[in-house]
Amino acid sequence: MVRVAGDGFPSRGVWRRPELRWVDLLVAAALISLLYGLLRLAPSLNAPFLPDQAPATVSTDPSNLPYYAVRSLVRMFVALVASVLFTFVYAIAAARLRRAEKVLLPVLDILQSVPILGFLSVTVTAFINLFPGSTLGLECASIFAIFTSMAWNMTFAFYYSLVSQPGELDEAARVMRLTKWQRFWRLDVPGGMIPLVWNGMMSFGGAWFFLAASESISVLNHHYALPGIGSYAATAIGRGNLGQVGIAIGVMVVMVIGVNVLFWRPMTAWSERFRVEEAEAADRPRSLVLDLLRRSSLPELVARPLRPVGLALDRGTRVFGLAEHPLARPASQERAGDVFFAGAVTAVVLFGAWKAFDYVSTTVGLREFGHAFALGAATFGRVLVLLAAATVVWVPIGVWIGMNPKVTRFAQPVVQVLASFPANFLFPFATAAFVALGISLNIGSVLLMALGAQWYILFNVIAGASAIPTDLREAMTGFQVRGRLRWRAFILPAVFPYYVTGGITAAGGAWNASIVAEVVQYGSHHLTATGLGAYIADATGTGAFPKILVGVSVMSVYVVALNRLLWRRLYRLAETRYSL
Amino acid sequence: MATATRTTIVEAADVTKTFTTPDGRALPVLDDISLHLAEGEIVALLGKSGSGKSTLLRCLAGLISPSSGTVTYRGTPLRAANPGVAMVFQSFALLPWLTVQQNVELSLQARGVDEDERRERALRAIDLIGLDGFEGAYPKELSGGMRQRVGFARALVVEPDALFMDEPFSALDVLTAENLRNELVGLWEGHEAPVKSILIVTHNIEEAVLLADRILVLSSNPGRIRSELTVDLPRPRDRRTPQFEALVDTVYGILTGREEQPAAEPAAPQAATPITTPLPPATVGGLAGLLEILLAMGGEEGLAEIADELNFEVDDLLPLVDAAVLLDLARTTDGRFAITPAGREFAAADILTSKQLFARQAARRAPLVRAVVQALAATEDHTLREDLFLDLLRAGFDTEDARRQLETAIDWGRYGELYDYDADDAEFTLDPGAEAAL
Repeated sequence: MVRVAGDGFPSRGVWRRPELRWVDLLVAAALISLLYGLLRLAPSLNAPFLPDQAPATVSTDPSNLPYYAVRSLVRMFVALVASVLFTFVYAIAAARLRRAEKVLLPVLDILQSVPILGFLSVTVTAFINLFPGSTLGLECASIFAIFTSMAWNMTFAFYYSLVSQPGELDEAARVMRLTKWQRFWRLDVPGGMIPLVWNGMMSFGGAWFFLAASESISVLNHHYALPGIGSYAATAIGRGNLGQVGIAIGVMVVMVIGVNVLFWRPMTAWSERFRVEEAEAADRPRSLVLDLLRRSSLPELVARPLRPVGLALDRGTRVFGLAEHPLARPASQERAGDVFFAGAVTAVVLFGAWKAFDYVSTTVGLREFGHAFALGAATFGRVLVLLAAATVVWVPIGVWIGMNPKVTRFAQPVVQVLASFPANFLFPFATAAFVALGISLNIGSVLLMALGAQWYILFNVIAGASAIPTDLREAMTGFQVRGRLRWRAFILPAVFPYYVTGGITAAGGAWNASIVAEVVQYGSHHLTATGLGAYIADATGTGAFPKILVGVSVMSVYVVALNRLLWRRLYRLAETRYSL
Repeated sequence: MATATRTTIVEAADVTKTFTTPDGRALPVLDDISLHLAEGEIVALLGKSGSGKSTLLRCLAGLISPSSGTVTYRGTPLRAANPGVAMVFQSFALLPWLTVQQNVELSLQARGVDEDERRERALRAIDLIGLDGFEGAYPKELSGGMRQRVGFARALVVEPDALFMDEPFSALDVLTAENLRNELVGLWEGHEAPVKSILIVTHNIEEAVLLADRILVLSSNPGRIRSELTVDLPRPRDRRTPQFEALVDTVYGILTGREEQPAAEPAAPQAATPITTPLPPATVGGLAGLLEILLAMGGEEGLAEIADELNFEVDDLLPLVDAAVLLDLARTTDGRFAITPAGREFAAADILTSKQLFARQAARRAPLVRAVVQALAATEDHTLREDLFLDLLRAGFDTEDARRQLETAIDWGRYGELYDYDADDAEFTLDPGAEAAL
């Protein structure tokens, strides 16, 4: 067969069809198996369910694992779709409605800092009541927990892409008189695609942890388990069967890598087409799977039936009007609206706060806050120790990896998988070691929290070190800047912005992990540490709602305070001084 | 050209625009502007940066609302984006994820034109503007000139009453810009461009003279229409004709006119304040370079010739010229630029002497530099935080401009070794002996 160099127009179509049949077959087979899996699944989603008889465990027969894996994956992807939809609505409201922005942004900021796991008991109860007599309630609660771990990050990313849209593009859209839908579909979504995909990928990686934690949970003195890989691991851990835990870990690794290769790599490579900068990035993400899909006839097959849909959407949404706002409103009317809006929001917030305050003071009493703050100090101490230890260990290693391109190429995907891997799967091994060595969980829980959180620091430091321009490195070497001076004047400042990003993520992850790390169960061993995480976990298990409220709010206060007082300042410093 | 009898398309009456700074102060940008754009004419809005010319264009396009006054399109006051206007942007503002044809079709799609007609009209516009063969290309595959052609095609395809252009050629290199300008003139003269009128915002004097039937020259801070010139030369216009050059010189004269530079006379410094006499955004290196060139050209030369010689545009040259005049290193008279004795000395001196000379001129004549030195000299430890100066500057500038003013002052002060600025603490420290320069 004659191959033409490059993509010459005429020759392309000639050799394309016959050669690529096998690609089409492969893609078709993949689609059919996906469809089959979904069909197999559909009836069991709505299985009858009575709270008292619901299974507390799942079968640990390894032959069930493929089915469990698919169930878990479906949960993850449903949550992802929900997050994307939420992102579109919330971010656009925050970016385009002046008054809504004042409320929506702080709310998002808080939601991002709230320990999601603490809320599981509330949401599980709510969803069970929403779908009485069906496992759909539990299913929704699990998906909701995963959703809450993905959505905020993506929403923030999309919001920033909206507000940082070039002014001239906005003006062009208005002068061209685009409709609201056209503006959204042709400008807003493509413009935010890259941050959306990348943040989606990062959030998805983090969400595995919540999948594992939310499939099998103790709420209101009852243990629920949904069929899934997380429940499998939880059951195996409960039975103290390390062999089966090992199998679950293996399956989990396959899932994490599989989703990355089959979904996120192609997505990131595909999203490159939405890059605005002209400069060709040196290391653009590439994906074999995407190349394969592109060469198949799938894109055309999908695009053809979708075209009329797009057309209908374009027409149907015309009624929503132009993406334009009236030029001038009377100032007095505007101000009256502002005052009313601010008044209404303040009233609602005050009423809610008073109700919550009243609730706590009449049930467990306000002293509980003091108690929770004291426990929070213990957990805070663990977070600090974790950060310090992770910094000392991983910064030098990350710098070494990042500055050796060969090592980076090999190590980066590995670290990425490690960061995505739900650390709660590893807890039994660590717990077994603690029990054997007689280590108290008060100390051991730091290690458990670190199992998940530390990778963010390593990951970001690698990225930072590999981003140092070569000419700068050569200059430093040329001037014989070595040893401590090299670290102090060159390497540490250069990786600092990346380190700060990693630190923020690691600290947030550690707080969340404390809820599952300060109380661990392994076989017949039940270990508890003193800390806010254990407090919340305990309250969740026994269904003590006032305590959950106290615990979650105190933890949120700690997280927000830490963000405001430490991380934001470091971040600003990093941005103004140390960005290369 | 007699335009008075023609139908008016867009009209502005007594338009003022005031922005509010974050700390609540009002900042006038446009002051009492009335103008009209009629069928069959090209009008240029010419001004330096800070003249609010882009703001004015956006008021006329219905993208922002004036603080007072009205903008009408064919007699109807604007409530939203002007329905008769298509716009060409400095940065092209193309959607990078759409092909050339999709970009051009988008504005038709927005108007609900059906698919077949859309394709046909888009291809016609693409043809007209010389883009055939590039229909399927993405903007990032194209050069700047080709991209701006897409911008033109996208605007022309809707056959607007008025084509608005916001510095459409200033992101292009000189040759490409010239080529595109000529083609635009060709389309306009041949009545091939489906537009009834063109309004172009530019800071390039020659561009304005080359294209426009009427030139509205705006003054700066706040923008006012300083004068209106009618250009009667037949198109295509030749830059080398005496009439053309005379017109360019006239406009140079207006733009660098005396009424705007009270600091040009030695008596002025006492009256000038950092707010009435802002520092032009010029670097010391650029200033020195300009003076050296002027010296090499014999110490006096027409501004137009200097700009030509350097392939500069007004926006690049004028801050340097303004700075030289402010520091009394050169003077301008009727579009001619002449070096002063101090300037001659400065340009010829060795680096230490030139620093001392510059320090003296800056401390005496640049009001902001003078204010900083005086304030530092008055304090006991000769240090002050930048916030003090920023707060003072905000009385007359928005936050961004205030910062820019201070940055220029930092640059000048550092070069003249009058004071130093510590970016970590955002603090000024007086250099020893700097008071002597006052």
